[in-house]
Amino acid sequence: MSAVAPRRKGAKESAATWSVLDRVGLAACWVAGIGLCVVCLAIIGFMFVKGIQYVRPDLLFSRTIASSNEAGSGGYFDPLVGTLLLIVIGIAIALPLGIGIAVWLTEYGRPSGLARLVESGVEVVAGTPSIVLAIFGLAVFQGKLFAFLSFTQQGGGVWGRSFFTAGIMMSLIALPLIVASTREALRSIPNHVREASYALGKTRAATIRRVLLPGARPGIATGATLAMGRIAGDTAIVILLLGGSALTTQGNVPVLNILKGGGSTLTTFVYANSPAGEGNKPDKAYAAAFVLLVIVVALNFGLDLIGGRRGRTAWTK
Amino acid sequence: MPPATAPIAPRRPPAAPAPPPRRAKLLSGLGSWSDRRAELTLGALACAVLVLIGLMVVFVFSKAWPSFWHNGFAWFGGGGDVDRQLDNIYNGPSRPSEYVYKLHAWPLLYGTALTTIAGVVIGLVTALLAAVFIVEFAPSPIRRLLEPVVRLLAAVPSVVYGLIGLLVIIPFVNNHLIGEGRKESVAYVVQLNGSGLIVAIVILSIMITPIMISIIVDALRSVPQGWTEGAAALGVNRWRAMWTISVRSVRPAIVAAAVLATARALGEAIMLSMVSGSRGFAPNPLDGLTFLFEPVRPLAATIVDHSEGLSVTPFAQTLYAFAAVLLVSSILLSLGGWAAKRPLARWSAR
Repeated sequence: MSAVAPRRKGAKESAATWSVLDRVGLAACWVAGIGLCVVCLAIIGFMFVKGIQYVRPDLLFSRTIASSNEAGSGGYFDPLVGTLLLIVIGIAIALPLGIGIAVWLTEYGRPSGLARLVESGVEVVAGTPSIVLAIFGLAVFQGKLFAFLSFTQQGGGVWGRSFFTAGIMMSLIALPLIVASTREALRSIPNHVREASYALGKTRAATIRRVLLPGARPGIATGATLAMGRIAGDTAIVILLLGGSALTTQGNVPVLNILKGGGSTLTTFVYANSPAGEGNKPDKAYAAAFVLLVIVVALNFGLDLIGGRRGRTAWTK
Repeated sequence: MPPATAPIAPRRPPAAPAPPPRRAKLLSGLGSWSDRRAELTLGALACAVLVLIGLMVVFVFSKAWPSFWHNGFAWFGGGGDVDRQLDNIYNGPSRPSEYVYKLHAWPLLYGTALTTIAGVVIGLVTALLAAVFIVEFAPSPIRRLLEPVVRLLAAVPSVVYGLIGLLVIIPFVNNHLIGEGRKESVAYVVQLNGSGLIVAIVILSIMITPIMISIIVDALRSVPQGWTEGAAALGVNRWRAMWTISVRSVRPAIVAAAVLATARALGEAIMLSMVSGSRGFAPNPLDGLTFLFEPVRPLAATIVDHSEGLSVTPFAQTLYAFAAVLLVSSILLSLGGWAAKRPLARWSAR
């Protein structure tokens, strides 16, 4: 939604002269548009009121304790850390992969049959439900080969659930978004820029590295932020691949032990504390949902606020 | 390779070519690669996606095979109470030769189809109308409000929708829309408590509409203005010009939007497990309006609801069978969308 819609100057015809069917259609358009606004404002307003009511700063920084008693069950520090960790892991894996695939598709793409196949492959990954990705991840990471990513249980079975495994699967959610936005950005760089670079004697690889990727950076950043929002909002993968508990550690190596252990995110915290989960503490669920919503909205709109220069690659135009 | 730390070399010509700092040299791997090497590496990376899809199909199906094998085509049929059959599988004997697999998954498949199709149809109509409104008819203050609204609705995580549905909409439906008489009329088969088909469909369509709107709006804006102006010059009013020229020429984008939204609806697990009533029940259209309030449980929600059963081998295999059905339908969906777009693309605006 970047371009400004065409607007006619001067006399606008009045809908009063239209036939009845056309006027009904126009009314339906108005209803759809206004209805969307009302639904959105209702959701935001409701979550905001509930959030203000129940969010307490001390809950943000206190550890989660498993307890059936509302006052004693602690805050959502663990889920918050879990969400951030998963975002970092997922993006760290998906960004290089996604950029590589997008660069190959737009800049090389030979043989073209293979390129088309990869293109539809990315589409298939985008269309695969996250619950299927999650259960596939469980099948893979419970294999002996990947025991180093989680931990081995007493009987010799591999647990398969850790920040590593969940993060790897999260990167598959992020991948199609990053590929799509990077391709879009690379395509919007005009060909004469590439030709100028070749004329200076640069190789294709050097052109990509030195000219095209810096030019595509705003587009890549947009894709990555959207992907972060998607990762923060996903629940199915976390439920299956992270356990949904407080942060647990495996082993003794300082950072690895957290990454190999299980945990939860804000989404599973909301799920577990809603009447659908075990905890039934709606107040905490509302508060955590509010925090989650703030994170996601900040990721989606923050880029506009701080940058305000999306798509501005001045030297290419 | 991560571009966030990349030096901005070509933006301005360097005044004096100073020797590059060490860090830049470390990061500049791709810059000094030969072309051949870069192409092969990136190509291999791209092919990894295909390998991944292959692995996904192989892994999920190899795990799911026993469930399909023991039931044959009856797996897809109806008969008996699915929830009881799932319980039997979960509580069955633990010796591999005595595993129980009997399952007739029709109510779950039916629930998935019902919620997905109804959600997508409602969502698609709303999205099309709203997109036309945004592009053509909205006064500019409303348009400026609508654009962030659409982005925001698309960004809200599904668990938040589920929470609102569970704590606000379901109690409302239970207290105000379902009368005691209606509850009693089906009390011998199923209990109505507010969560059910209608709540699931409404929230699902709210979830997927914004995704479709943003795709359709982008496409509508890329329709050459001359086309609609030509129609206007022939005396067609704005509404007709919009529907007969613009909307027609963006049909490939509409198909793409519908495919994406269907994929989301098909795979939506958390929200549906929270609001759909979570009971393996096939709502009966013959019940009249009560049909809308009867509980369902789609496949994806079933997997989430029973995720703790993954440690029991036959039960896990049954869940993998559900995932296999979802995987196949989402792959078929992508292929179907591709096939539907091809003949339409000839007249498209892009």
